[in-house]
Amino acid sequence: MIAHSVFFYIFSLIAIVSAVMVTVSKNTVHSVFFLILDFISISCLFIMIGAEFLGMIMLIVYVGAVAVLFLFVVMMLNVAEQKGQWFSSRWDGGTHIPVGLLVSLIIFFELIIVIGGWKYKPDLLNSLSINISTEVTNTRSIGNVLYTDYILLFQISGMILLVAMIGAIVLTYRERAGVKRQSYIKQISRERNEGVDLVEAERNKGVKIDV
Amino acid sequence: MFSIGLGHYLTLAAIIFTIGVVGIFLNRKNVIVILMSIELILLAVNINLVAFSIFINDLSGQIFTLFILTVAAAEAAIGLAIIVVYFRNSDTIRVEEIKNLKG
Repeated sequence: MIAHSVFFYIFSLIAIVSAVMVTVSKNTVHSVFFLILDFISISCLFIMIGAEFLGMIMLIVYVGAVAVLFLFVVMMLNVAEQKGQWFSSRWDGGTHIPVGLLVSLIIFFELIIVIGGWKYKPDLLNSLSINISTEVTNTRSIGNVLYTDYILLFQISGMILLVAMIGAIVLTYRERAGVKRQSYIKQISRERNEGVDLVEAERNKGVKIDV
Repeated sequence: MFSIGLGHYLTLAAIIFTIGVVGIFLNRKNVIVILMSIELILLAVNINLVAFSIFINDLSGQIFTLFILTVAAAEAAIGLAIIVVYFRNSDTIRVEEIKNLKG
Protein backbone atom coordinates (compact mmCIF):
# COMPACT_ATOMS: atom_id res chain seq x y z
CA MET A 1 0.00 0.00 0.00
CA ILE A 2 2.82 2.37 0.89
CA ALA A 3 4.66 1.45 -2.28
CA HIS A 4 1.51 2.17 -4.27
CA SER A 5 1.15 5.59 -2.73
CA VAL A 6 4.83 6.42 -3.15
CA PHE A 7 4.69 5.52 -6.83
CA PHE A 8 1.46 7.47 -7.20
CA TYR A 9 3.07 10.59 -5.79
CA ILE A 10 6.19 10.18 -7.92
CA PHE A 11 4.29 9.70 -11.17
CA SER A 12 1.75 12.41 -10.47
CA LEU A 13 4.52 14.85 -9.56
CA ILE A 14 6.28 14.07 -12.83
CA ALA A 15 2.98 14.47 -14.68
CA ILE A 16 2.17 17.84 -13.13
CA VAL A 17 5.67 19.25 -13.59
CA SER A 18 5.82 18.14 -17.21
CA ALA A 19 2.34 19.54 -17.87
CA VAL A 20 3.55 22.89 -16.54
CA MET A 21 6.64 22.62 -18.70
CA VAL A 22 4.47 21.95 -21.77
CA THR A 23 2.81 25.30 -21.36
CA VAL A 24 5.75 27.44 -20.23
CA SER A 25 8.59 25.96 -22.25
CA LYS A 26 10.16 28.44 -24.61
CA ASN A 27 11.03 25.93 -27.26
CA THR A 28 8.15 24.13 -28.92
CA VAL A 29 10.18 20.98 -29.44
CA HIS A 30 10.83 20.87 -25.71
CA SER A 31 7.14 21.16 -25.00
CA VAL A 32 6.44 18.22 -27.29
CA PHE A 33 8.97 16.16 -25.37
CA PHE A 34 7.42 17.19 -22.06
CA LEU A 35 4.04 16.17 -23.47
CA ILE A 36 5.51 12.74 -24.17
CA LEU A 37 6.82 12.56 -20.60
CA ASP A 38 3.40 13.51 -19.31
CA PHE A 39 1.69 10.78 -21.31
CA ILE A 40 4.22 8.21 -20.17
CA SER A 41 3.77 9.02 -16.48
CA ILE A 42 -0.02 9.04 -16.76
CA SER A 43 0.02 5.69 -18.51
CA CYS A 44 2.24 4.39 -15.69
CA LEU A 45 -0.50 5.54 -13.31
CA PHE A 46 -3.09 3.70 -15.41
CA ILE A 47 -1.06 0.51 -15.36
CA MET A 48 -0.59 0.88 -11.61
CA ILE A 49 -4.29 1.30 -10.94
CA GLY A 50 -5.17 -1.82 -12.95
CA ALA A 51 -6.17 -0.43 -16.33
CA GLU A 52 -3.14 -1.86 -18.05
CA PHE A 53 -4.73 -2.16 -21.48
CA LEU A 54 -5.51 1.54 -21.59
CA GLY A 55 -2.05 2.39 -20.34
CA MET A 56 -0.41 0.44 -23.10
CA ILE A 57 -2.83 1.80 -25.71
CA MET A 58 -2.06 5.28 -24.51
CA LEU A 59 1.66 4.66 -24.88
CA ILE A 60 1.11 3.38 -28.42
CA VAL A 61 -1.38 5.98 -29.59
CA TYR A 62 -0.14 9.11 -27.88
CA VAL A 63 3.60 8.59 -27.59
CA GLY A 64 3.94 6.57 -30.76
CA ALA A 65 1.58 8.43 -33.05
CA VAL A 66 0.24 11.75 -31.82
CA ALA A 67 3.43 13.09 -30.24
CA VAL A 68 5.49 12.05 -33.25
CA LEU A 69 2.95 13.83 -35.46
CA PHE A 70 3.38 16.95 -33.32
CA LEU A 71 7.14 16.64 -33.61
CA PHE A 72 6.90 16.32 -37.39
CA VAL A 73 4.78 19.44 -37.67
CA VAL A 74 6.90 21.46 -35.25
CA MET A 75 10.07 20.59 -37.08
CA MET A 76 8.49 21.03 -40.52
CA LEU A 77 7.13 24.51 -39.86
CA ASN A 78 9.60 27.25 -39.24
CA VAL A 79 8.78 28.24 -35.68
CA ALA A 80 12.37 28.72 -34.60
CA GLU A 81 12.26 32.49 -34.70
CA GLN A 82 9.46 32.54 -32.16
CA LYS A 83 11.62 30.79 -29.64
CA GLY A 84 12.48 33.71 -27.41
CA GLN A 85 9.01 35.14 -27.04
CA TRP A 86 7.39 33.71 -24.00
CA PHE A 87 3.80 34.69 -23.24
CA SER A 88 4.59 38.23 -24.29
CA SER A 89 2.32 39.89 -26.71
CA ARG A 90 3.58 42.33 -29.25
CA TRP A 91 0.69 44.76 -29.00
CA ASP A 92 -0.91 44.72 -25.61
CA GLY A 93 1.42 44.69 -22.66
CA GLY A 94 0.45 41.25 -21.40
CA THR A 95 -2.92 42.11 -19.92
CA HIS A 96 -4.21 38.66 -20.78
CA ILE A 97 -1.96 37.05 -18.16
CA PRO A 98 -3.83 38.03 -14.94
CA VAL A 99 -7.21 37.43 -16.57
CA GLY A 100 -6.18 34.00 -17.77
CA LEU A 101 -4.71 33.06 -14.41
CA LEU A 102 -7.86 34.23 -12.63
CA VAL A 103 -10.17 32.21 -14.88
CA SER A 104 -7.97 29.13 -14.53
CA LEU A 105 -7.89 29.46 -10.74
CA ILE A 106 -11.67 29.72 -10.66
CA ILE A 107 -11.96 26.57 -12.78
CA PHE A 108 -9.51 24.75 -10.53
CA PHE A 109 -11.36 25.65 -7.34
CA GLU A 110 -14.66 24.64 -8.91
CA LEU A 111 -13.19 21.24 -9.72
CA ILE A 112 -11.81 20.92 -6.19
CA ILE A 113 -15.21 21.81 -4.75
CA VAL A 114 -16.82 19.14 -6.91
CA ILE A 115 -14.25 16.60 -5.75
CA GLY A 116 -14.59 17.57 -2.11
CA GLY A 117 -18.35 17.35 -2.44
CA TRP A 118 -18.61 13.81 -1.40
CA LYS A 119 -16.84 14.45 1.85
CA TYR A 120 -20.37 15.40 2.80
CA LYS A 121 -21.91 12.40 1.10
CA PRO A 122 -19.42 9.63 1.76
CA ASP A 123 -21.78 6.77 0.98
CA LEU A 124 -21.65 7.67 -2.69
CA LEU A 125 -18.78 5.26 -3.06
CA ASN A 126 -18.56 2.93 -0.14
CA SER A 127 -15.80 0.73 -1.49
CA LEU A 128 -12.85 2.95 -2.11
CA SER A 129 -10.37 0.17 -2.54
CA ILE A 130 -8.89 -1.10 -5.74
CA ASN A 131 -9.92 -4.66 -6.40
CA ILE A 132 -7.99 -5.91 -9.37
CA SER A 133 -9.36 -9.28 -10.31
CA THR A 134 -6.65 -11.78 -11.02
CA GLU A 135 -8.51 -14.45 -12.96
CA VAL A 136 -9.77 -12.25 -15.79
CA THR A 137 -7.27 -9.88 -17.33
CA ASN A 138 -8.13 -6.29 -18.05
CA THR A 139 -7.69 -6.73 -21.79
CA ARG A 140 -10.02 -9.70 -21.87
CA SER A 141 -12.76 -7.98 -19.93
CA ILE A 142 -12.51 -4.87 -22.11
CA GLY A 143 -12.72 -7.07 -25.18
CA ASN A 144 -15.78 -8.84 -23.79
CA VAL A 145 -17.59 -5.54 -23.45
CA LEU A 146 -16.15 -3.67 -26.41
CA TYR A 147 -17.09 -6.17 -29.10
CA THR A 148 -20.56 -6.90 -27.78
CA ASP A 149 -22.24 -3.96 -26.11
CA TYR A 150 -20.23 -1.18 -27.68
CA ILE A 151 -19.75 -2.60 -31.17
CA LEU A 152 -21.62 0.25 -32.86
CA LEU A 153 -19.51 2.88 -31.11
CA PHE A 154 -16.42 0.90 -31.99
CA GLN A 155 -17.33 0.90 -35.68
CA ILE A 156 -18.19 4.58 -35.56
CA SER A 157 -14.82 5.41 -34.02
CA GLY A 158 -13.19 3.53 -36.85
CA MET A 159 -15.16 5.63 -39.31
CA ILE A 160 -14.05 8.78 -37.46
CA LEU A 161 -10.43 7.76 -37.84
CA LEU A 162 -10.96 7.06 -41.55
CA VAL A 163 -12.60 10.45 -42.06
CA ALA A 164 -9.78 12.16 -40.15
CA MET A 165 -7.17 10.42 -42.28
CA ILE A 166 -8.87 11.38 -45.53
CA GLY A 167 -9.42 14.91 -44.27
CA ALA A 168 -5.79 15.39 -43.32
CA ILE A 169 -4.66 14.10 -46.71
CA VAL A 170 -7.13 16.31 -48.59
CA LEU A 171 -6.16 19.38 -46.55
CA THR A 172 -2.44 19.08 -47.02
CA TYR A 173 -2.47 17.84 -50.60
CA ARG A 174 -1.26 20.25 -53.22
CA GLU A 175 -0.74 19.86 -56.92
CA ARG A 176 2.83 20.40 -58.01
CA ALA A 177 3.74 21.38 -61.53
CA GLY A 178 6.11 19.22 -63.49
CA VAL A 179 5.70 16.03 -61.52
CA LYS A 180 5.14 12.88 -63.51
CA ARG A 181 2.56 10.70 -61.90
CA GLN A 182 0.69 7.52 -62.59
CA SER A 183 -2.83 7.68 -64.00
CA TYR A 184 -4.73 4.49 -63.38
CA ILE A 185 -7.57 5.42 -65.71
CA LYS A 186 -5.21 6.00 -68.60
CA GLN A 187 -3.42 2.75 -67.87
CA ILE A 188 -6.56 0.68 -67.68
CA SER A 189 -8.33 2.23 -70.66
CA ARG A 190 -5.40 1.71 -72.99
CA GLU A 191 -6.46 -0.18 -76.13
CA ARG A 192 -4.47 -2.37 -78.41
CA ASN A 193 -4.76 -0.26 -81.52
CA GLU A 194 -3.38 2.86 -79.86
CA GLY A 195 -0.67 1.12 -77.89
CA VAL A 196 0.76 -1.14 -80.56
CA ASP A 197 1.92 0.07 -83.94
CA LEU A 198 2.76 -2.37 -86.69
CA VAL A 199 5.57 -1.07 -88.86
CA GLU A 200 6.76 -2.67 -92.01
CA ALA A 201 10.53 -2.70 -91.73
CA GLU A 202 12.63 -2.73 -94.81
CA ARG A 203 15.77 -4.70 -95.05
CA ASN A 204 18.99 -2.92 -94.00
CA LYS A 205 17.17 0.37 -93.50
CA GLY A 206 15.84 0.39 -89.94
CA VAL A 207 12.68 2.02 -88.72
CA LYS A 208 12.13 5.60 -87.72
CA ILE A 209 9.95 5.92 -84.68
CA ASP A 210 8.17 9.10 -83.78
CA VAL A 211 7.50 9.17 -80.10
CA MET B 1 -1.90 10.39 3.06
CA PHE B 2 -0.76 6.87 2.41
CA SER B 3 -3.96 5.35 1.11
CA ILE B 4 -4.54 6.52 -2.41
CA GLY B 5 -8.23 6.92 -3.02
CA LEU B 6 -10.38 8.23 -5.78
CA GLY B 7 -9.91 11.78 -4.57
CA HIS B 8 -6.20 11.72 -5.25
CA TYR B 9 -6.75 10.76 -8.87
CA LEU B 10 -9.49 13.33 -9.30
CA THR B 11 -7.27 16.03 -7.82
CA LEU B 12 -4.46 15.09 -10.17
CA ALA B 13 -6.90 15.28 -13.09
CA ALA B 14 -8.15 18.67 -11.89
CA ILE B 15 -4.60 20.02 -11.69
CA ILE B 16 -3.73 18.80 -15.18
CA PHE B 17 -7.01 20.14 -16.58
CA THR B 18 -6.29 23.54 -15.08
CA ILE B 19 -2.77 23.55 -16.48
CA GLY B 20 -4.26 22.87 -19.90
CA VAL B 21 -6.69 25.76 -19.51
CA VAL B 22 -3.82 28.03 -18.42
CA GLY B 23 -1.89 26.95 -21.49
CA ILE B 24 -4.78 27.90 -23.75
CA PHE B 25 -5.30 31.24 -22.06
CA LEU B 26 -1.76 32.44 -21.71
CA ASN B 27 -0.28 31.24 -24.93
CA ARG B 28 0.73 33.84 -27.45
CA LYS B 29 3.39 31.74 -29.09
CA ASN B 30 1.98 29.39 -31.63
CA VAL B 31 -1.09 27.31 -32.24
CA ILE B 32 0.71 23.99 -31.80
CA VAL B 33 1.12 24.63 -28.08
CA ILE B 34 -2.61 25.32 -27.87
CA LEU B 35 -3.27 21.93 -29.51
CA MET B 36 -0.96 20.35 -26.94
CA SER B 37 -2.92 22.03 -24.15
CA ILE B 38 -6.10 20.52 -25.60
CA GLU B 39 -4.39 17.14 -25.46
CA LEU B 40 -3.61 17.79 -21.79
CA ILE B 41 -7.27 18.56 -21.10
CA LEU B 42 -8.36 15.34 -22.83
CA LEU B 43 -5.76 13.50 -20.76
CA ALA B 44 -7.27 14.89 -17.56
CA VAL B 45 -10.71 13.70 -18.69
CA ASN B 46 -9.22 10.28 -19.35
CA ILE B 47 -7.75 10.15 -15.86
CA ASN B 48 -11.15 10.94 -14.40
CA LEU B 49 -12.89 8.27 -16.45
CA VAL B 50 -10.34 5.58 -15.67
CA ALA B 51 -10.25 6.39 -11.96
CA PHE B 52 -14.04 6.24 -11.66
CA SER B 53 -14.17 3.06 -13.72
CA ILE B 54 -11.64 1.35 -11.48
CA PHE B 55 -13.09 2.50 -8.19
CA ILE B 56 -16.73 1.86 -9.09
CA ASN B 57 -15.73 -1.41 -10.75
CA ASP B 58 -17.54 -0.65 -13.97
CA LEU B 59 -15.80 -1.09 -17.29
CA SER B 60 -17.69 1.45 -19.36
CA GLY B 61 -15.40 4.25 -18.21
CA GLN B 62 -12.43 2.53 -19.77
CA ILE B 63 -14.40 1.93 -22.97
CA PHE B 64 -15.18 5.61 -23.21
CA THR B 65 -11.54 6.44 -22.55
CA LEU B 66 -10.74 4.33 -25.58
CA PHE B 67 -13.19 6.35 -27.69
CA ILE B 68 -11.78 9.61 -26.35
CA LEU B 69 -8.34 8.37 -27.41
CA THR B 70 -9.50 7.77 -30.98
CA VAL B 71 -11.27 11.12 -31.17
CA ALA B 72 -8.19 12.88 -29.76
CA ALA B 73 -5.99 11.23 -32.36
CA ALA B 74 -8.35 12.29 -35.15
CA GLU B 75 -8.53 15.81 -33.77
CA ALA B 76 -4.75 16.10 -33.57
CA ALA B 77 -4.37 14.91 -37.17
CA ILE B 78 -6.98 17.33 -38.53
CA GLY B 79 -5.75 20.24 -36.42
CA LEU B 80 -2.15 19.78 -37.44
CA ALA B 81 -3.19 19.52 -41.09
CA ILE B 82 -5.09 22.80 -40.77
CA ILE B 83 -2.03 24.40 -39.14
CA VAL B 84 0.21 23.20 -41.98
CA VAL B 85 -2.17 24.63 -44.58
CA TYR B 86 -2.42 27.92 -42.70
CA PHE B 87 1.35 28.18 -42.42
CA ARG B 88 1.66 27.60 -46.15
CA ASN B 89 -0.79 30.37 -46.90
CA SER B 90 0.29 33.06 -44.47
CA ASP B 91 3.82 32.11 -43.28
CA THR B 92 3.03 32.45 -39.60
CA ILE B 93 1.27 30.54 -36.87
CA ARG B 94 1.69 33.10 -34.13
CA VAL B 95 -1.54 33.32 -32.22
CA GLU B 96 -1.76 37.09 -32.25
CA GLU B 97 -1.19 37.31 -35.99
CA ILE B 98 -3.97 34.90 -36.86
CA LYS B 99 -6.77 37.37 -37.20
CA ASN B 100 -8.24 36.72 -40.57
CA LEU B 101 -11.51 35.78 -38.96
CA LYS B 102 -11.70 39.08 -37.03
CA GLY B 103 -12.68 37.17 -33.94
